[in-house]
Amino acid sequence: MPSIPLAVDHLAYRYRRSQEYALHDFSFEVKPGEIVGLLGPNGAGKTTTLHAVLGLLMPASGEVKLFGHSPTDRMRVLGRLNFASVDVHLPSNLTCGETLDIFARLYAVADRAQTIRRWLEELELTQLKSRLIGTLSAGEHMRLKICKALLNAPDLLILDEPTLSLDPAMAQHVRDLLKRIQRERGMAMLHTSHNMQEVEAFCDRIVFLHRGRKLAEGTPQEVLSRFQSQSLQELFIRVARSGELFAAEPEQ
Amino acid sequence: MIAGAGRIWALWLRYALLHRRSLVRMFDIVFWPVLDLLVWGFVTRFIQQEANGPIAHFIIFLIGALIGWDIHYRGQQAVTISLMEEIWTRNLVNLLIAPVRLLDWVAATFFYGAAKVAIIAALLSAIAQWLYAFHIAQVGWAFVPLAANLLIFGWTVGLITSGILLRFGYAAEALIWGIPFLLQPFSCVFYPLRSLPEWAQPIALALPTTHIFEALRGVLIGQPPGWPVWSVIGGLNLVYFAAAIFFFTRMFSLARTGGYLGRLGQD
Repeated sequence: MPSIPLAVDHLAYRYRRSQEYALHDFSFEVKPGEIVGLLGPNGAGKTTTLHAVLGLLMPASGEVKLFGHSPTDRMRVLGRLNFASVDVHLPSNLTCGETLDIFARLYAVADRAQTIRRWLEELELTQLKSRLIGTLSAGEHMRLKICKALLNAPDLLILDEPTLSLDPAMAQHVRDLLKRIQRERGMAMLHTSHNMQEVEAFCDRIVFLHRGRKLAEGTPQEVLSRFQSQSLQELFIRVARSGELFAAEPEQ
Repeated sequence: MIAGAGRIWALWLRYALLHRRSLVRMFDIVFWPVLDLLVWGFVTRFIQQEANGPIAHFIIFLIGALIGWDIHYRGQQAVTISLMEEIWTRNLVNLLIAPVRLLDWVAATFFYGAAKVAIIAALLSAIAQWLYAFHIAQVGWAFVPLAANLLIFGWTVGLITSGILLRFGYAAEALIWGIPFLLQPFSCVFYPLRSLPEWAQPIALALPTTHIFEALRGVLIGQPPGWPVWSVIGGLNLVYFAAAIFFFTRMFSLARTGGYLGRLGQD
């Protein structure tokens, strides 16, 4: 049986200064080939969760397992995952081609030139290969980040707002591409987004976070019917405005 | 082993490629060291011409010290600026989540520093020979281990400043630029140890740079250091280097525990 790409178990994290909980007793899994959406209003704990998953912070309690190993077991797990975020950039002072070549070397990609050519083509960036990253538009830069994140054919892809700066046509193209890779290779994905329509269409399962606690988990349809909501957008607004679902969902 | 070398080479490329199309970065290698050499070289030559006394060695002392200090300083900067580069460009997380060991990154910045230092030392030596008749060959083979020790101490200070940067972020930037210059007066770069006040001499003796620059001045007047001096230089360097590695990894660990790693450069 293949190991679970991501298992988060009773994770808690407290800010050092304020001692407030950013995450509290938070558990979820991403199974092989599954796309999981991590949702929540600003300050819900999504970024903290991603940082804990990526080994960028140490939780106060609980644990994260990537393919059955701790994220701090870097050399065992990091080659099997990759990450693209709207907030994490690629070096603005190198060209797209140079940057991808460096990351392909870091991930020990077997056929660097061919792999880079393929992903540049898939993300419609071929003509920008020699351009400095600092001169790209936000959308082009985001596509390049996704290109970098696909170089090592990851078993787990973590995406933080991947379509935020893309126009609707390109956002659809990227979603289709990621879905195709998921089908072909069984790649698992953890995906955060504030675009609720995208989440409904793209994710197999969603995990709703609010103030560091898990509010709901299930397929988009399960979550909608449990909270008698018409759409994730409406549900999101209810949570963000009042956090009323806390009271409505005692077992959480 | 081969994979590790590949990662180090990739990271080395990441920093070396920055110089390919950046005039400002080429200035960093060429401009300041050459300017220092020109200004202080001419000042010393003037003093030497005007003064009435036995100051024949002034110019070679000063030029030797300038080249030596630059080796140390550029070695330190290569480590710290490489980390700052990742923070400035907000690329640090991409490296932290790549299958790269912390020591791969450290090694890459060391080699990057060594390459910069080799270029600077060669350039300054050529200019010094042309303008001031200072021949690096005058120092002889002793220059190689002295330069290597200066570079190693530069890496040591670079690891300490990088550790501070990881833990405290931009808030510590002024300190990071200042630390090498805080060490300079105690390192007896341009003057002998006996010029320092008595209270400062124990501090100076605890630094490998003091022994290195004292040895360099000795070599320049034909008095190479003996084994006891080499042992003190090597021993001090080893102790500080090991402490710096420990400090850097500890600061990295604290930054991870405190959740600062993912937020560096965003504060």
